[in-house]
Amino acid sequence: MSGRRLVWVLVALVPVAFLAVFFAYPMATIIEHGLSEGSALDVVRRRSTGRLVAFTVGQAAASAGLSLLVGLPAAWAVARVDVPGRRLVRALLVVPFVLPTLVVGAALQATFERLGVDGTDGFHLERTVTAILLAHMVLNVAVVVRVVGTHWALLDPRAEEAARVLGASRRRVLREVTLPRLAPAIWSAAGIVFLFCFTSFGVILTVGGPGRPTLETEIWRYATQRTDLATATALALLQLVVVVALVAAVGGAERRAAAAALVRRPVPPRRPVTARQRLAVVAALAPAALLVLVPIGVLVERSLAVGDGYGLGHFRALGEETGTGLRVAPLAAVGTSLTYAVAATTIAVVVGGLASVVVAHRGRATGRALDVLLMVPLGTSAVTLGFGLLVALDEPPLDLRTSRVIVPIAQALVGLPFVVRSLVPALRSIDPRTREVATVLGASPARARWEVDVPLVGRTVLVGAAFAFAVSLGEFGATSFLARPDAPTVPTAMFRLLGQPGAALRGQAMALGVVLAALTVASVLVIERLRPKDALGW
Amino acid sequence: MVHHTVVPSRRVRRALAAGLAATLLLGVTACTDDPEPAGVGESGTSAPDGDACRPEELPEPIDPAAVADADLDGTTVTLATHDSFAVSDGLFEDFTAETGIEVELVSAGDAGAMVSQAILTAGDPVADVMFGIDTTFLCRGTAAGLFVPYAPEALADVPDEYEIATDHLATPIDVGDVCLNYSVEAYPDPADAPQGLDDLTDPAFADAFVTENPETSSPGLAFLLATIAEYGADGWEDYWADLRENGVEVTSGWTEAFEDSFGSGAGSAERSIVTSYASSPVVDVLYSDPPRDEAIIGVVPDACFRQVELAGVLRGTDEPEAAARLVDFLLSPPFQEDIPLNMFVDPVNETADLPEEYTAHSVTIDEPLTLTPAEIEEGRDAWTERWTEIVLR
Repeated sequence: MSGRRLVWVLVALVPVAFLAVFFAYPMATIIEHGLSEGSALDVVRRRSTGRLVAFTVGQAAASAGLSLLVGLPAAWAVARVDVPGRRLVRALLVVPFVLPTLVVGAALQATFERLGVDGTDGFHLERTVTAILLAHMVLNVAVVVRVVGTHWALLDPRAEEAARVLGASRRRVLREVTLPRLAPAIWSAAGIVFLFCFTSFGVILTVGGPGRPTLETEIWRYATQRTDLATATALALLQLVVVVALVAAVGGAERRAAAAALVRRPVPPRRPVTARQRLAVVAALAPAALLVLVPIGVLVERSLAVGDGYGLGHFRALGEETGTGLRVAPLAAVGTSLTYAVAATTIAVVVGGLASVVVAHRGRATGRALDVLLMVPLGTSAVTLGFGLLVALDEPPLDLRTSRVIVPIAQALVGLPFVVRSLVPALRSIDPRTREVATVLGASPARARWEVDVPLVGRTVLVGAAFAFAVSLGEFGATSFLARPDAPTVPTAMFRLLGQPGAALRGQAMALGVVLAALTVASVLVIERLRPKDALGW
Repeated sequence: MVHHTVVPSRRVRRALAAGLAATLLLGVTACTDDPEPAGVGESGTSAPDGDACRPEELPEPIDPAAVADADLDGTTVTLATHDSFAVSDGLFEDFTAETGIEVELVSAGDAGAMVSQAILTAGDPVADVMFGIDTTFLCRGTAAGLFVPYAPEALADVPDEYEIATDHLATPIDVGDVCLNYSVEAYPDPADAPQGLDDLTDPAFADAFVTENPETSSPGLAFLLATIAEYGADGWEDYWADLRENGVEVTSGWTEAFEDSFGSGAGSAERSIVTSYASSPVVDVLYSDPPRDEAIIGVVPDACFRQVELAGVLRGTDEPEAAARLVDFLLSPPFQEDIPLNMFVDPVNETADLPEEYTAHSVTIDEPLTLTPAEIEEGRDAWTERWTEIVLR
């Protein structure tokens, strides 16, 4: 028994140590530093701070709700219906994740212009809260579709079939059989989307305009533009309190949601037969697809616009070094980004995988605390963490301030919650009797876990890994603090190219964006092809 | 749909309640009024001078003679820059070949983030030299004790007006102007374009001007400072109220203003006047697509704010001599002549030759507006807060 206990401690030690060194310690250091400079309470008690928190929470909650609304029908279609090109659709959905906000903002802007809601006729969406919510949906609908969709594909359909046979209407089956069983995955997705929007930075500034600050943009402003660390820290503490409270609440809801038994292989999707079924599929997929495809389309169109016509000129220019204001050819940034992303994904999968096992199987205090701790980095401002890393890790053996290693570590912190939130619902759904059977048949506890859990949740690990990969490819906030100017990543290179006048540079930025998007789709397709070796061989 | 699904809905409510409780808790405590921002001129007792920018303790200056004599072969210096820093490839390699000093670059976000980060680590710096602290942040940096005094010999070739750092705590490297730009397509006759700040409040230019938020954008701040330099402490607030009346648009950053609203100068764009740089026409011609010989962006020469960018040796460096040698290099003709076509600002060293591509389209500003670093540091927070009230609320 004590041997097993030791194994658990060792398993828990990796994620706990990782988070302690690279998150908790830097955050504690910077907060202590900030608190020593002024009273946090004064800032927290300002009237404007209350408004700030209310708006930040409100827009994030609304964004999460809307993403669910659009994402759930699409999740159903992707999981249960045999639509041609399903894999590609699922991979494409992740693209907005890696697109810099400036591109998403520009795409929305272009769409508003086409639709005539850019203010020329009096009615305008530009720089409104509606525009913020729309942009957040573009960025996050993929989380709902993929996290919930994967879970949905693994739900045993016999429960629904039984309910139908017993005379329940489709609507009732959805409400009383399907949704309750999906609840853990829905809460997972909602939690991630909420946190992502809670700390959204570029969308708020670019799409929302100057009059709609959130906690994240205000922390950045006080920390960097005003060098007022006391106020920035007070707001960062407030952010931390709100995030911990909300993560704990969502985590509780996820835990309480009934875990439904999953099947080993995804349920084979069915081909739509009747016209009505086809119509249902189109209606379910169209909103999510439009949200994601329109910005991608605008990006591609702009990357091909050369002079007065279309061509591949901007793509050719990516290989050249001169005149971009970067110290390297833009294409070199792709290599840098890939290297960081592979490293960050590996860290996120290893640390997140071990953490998920602890969270899922050590219920009670340890698991819950770790669960909350794992989610918090996603809800923490990039500048707070960036400054924290800078102040805390300044002595050997951890003088990582100018080390390249710090970039993938920071990116892995953002990717971790995706791995954990994909895995935990799946791990909780494994019927412990399966493992007991394996033990009875003579397998050691570790072997039983390896043979039972790994094949069952392998698919969900890959969903998490794909997100972690995409998130680190597209990460801008922390990377812009930590990446070296002579080794820019694709997002920092795009930011550079977009930050100067000149149509040619803008075209190159868009072309680089297309390369990044194509790379993301390809990587996601490859990641999904990977399968853990499995004795049963699926 | 909700009231039938008893189980999940209760969970929803419980989760919402917990979230709400957290928010309410904060709401209850949030009951004090915001502090009144101090008005311009009320806070200071006298006109601010350079004293406010001095560190508590002035470090021993680096001796130029010692720097010249030191054998620095095999040392490495780290240069911290902002994310707009650019040089031609191979330039630092030439420096290494000449001196034996390797140069490593670290970036730290924009100029504000770079300075804040350096203040956080003052005395135990991440780098040895900082490049890119400008007029608007200089006083904050020098007062926080970021730098060691050093006066390179080449300062003899730099006009005095650019030596804005107190006690040689930082060395001027380049100088640039933030100016009003207009679309030549929208105003083919320069006489129809705005001639200065006054014109922007003229109904003839209603809904034509887009600028950036001074709280989040460096050109936005420079433009606000230009209006304060022009209209003074008593006049700038009214001017901005008039601008708002006349339909000024404000964006968070330069890219949104210049590329979206101003359409990079396309006459058909939403706005025809924007806050940008004196060098915008140069970049427009060099990177236009399709290529063109004449810029479609015009510069209003009478409404420019001048900013100097400086470099300094960071206090706490292990390699003060090598760091000082790098500052020498930044002020030497090879680097100075590389500046215009990479960062699109003017070098400060008068012996540096400007590339012809640059001079052909750049606009020389004879009488720029400016404020001293001490004035800016003194007024800045109150100004931007007032500005937010006047323009955004």
